Amino acid sequence: MEQKKLAIIATKGTLDWAYPPFILASTAAALGYEVQIFATFYGLQLLKKDVSGLKVSPLGNPGMPMKMPFGPQWFKNINWNIPNIIQANVPGYESLATVLMKQTIANNGVATIAELRELSQEAEVKFIACQMTVELFGFDQSDFIDGIDYAGAAAFFEFAGESDICLYI
Amino acid sequence: MADFDEELDASGLNCPLPILRAKKALTGMEAGKVLHIIATDPGSVKDFEAFAKQTGNELMESSEEGGKFHFLMKKS
Repeated sequence: MEQKKLAIIATKGTLDWAYPPFILASTAAALGYEVQIFATFYGLQLLKKDVSGLKVSPLGNPGMPMKMPFGPQWFKNINWNIPNIIQANVPGYESLATVLMKQTIANNGVATIAELRELSQEAEVKFIACQMTVELFGFDQSDFIDGIDYAGAAAFFEFAGESDICLYI
Repeated sequence: MADFDEELDASGLNCPLPILRAKKALTGMEAGKVLHIIATDPGSVKDFEAFAKQTGNELMESSEEGGKFHFLMKKS
């Protein structure tokens, strides 16, 4: 049987949206897929050497439950519906939400992004950084992890055109 | 439960870690050897079925006992 291929375009650079590309890539690789992730625009954040700075924002994100990862169960069950205008004006609100989210992630036995990325790399998932957006955002190759390629849209299509599954995330 | 050669305790780990750890453990094993996986993630029941189907490794047994899920997987 010919090896299946998964092509992913990663375009988001927040903690929550860092999960789908790495979960799907690492799992597909474990299932025997050949996988490439093309990181462009904010998705480049996923290839930075240090991903510990990725944040999640509840601002303007009505789908995100805001629950506390500590305390008694009744307290954990409360969904803190904070109005956007307050979220936008409280300094450090995003950082606080990120700390709480990371705690929730740890409490649930969910892997960290760094861990999932490492597992993806071990499984030979290939990462490609979009050269144009690297330059557009003023990044340098030294900002990114080793072992990745720098290329453009045509290079992505070379692989994606032959892929069995192609996802835009 | 049937005999097994190696054991992997993935208790407390959530998707996709049990699958990734199992894949890693199987990679280091010889064909025909059996891996016993213990998991607490309820999603792992369907996931290990799908993993077996797609990788050709045989899921010999899948059971639940005291809130833990047990899988026996034979390396292909």
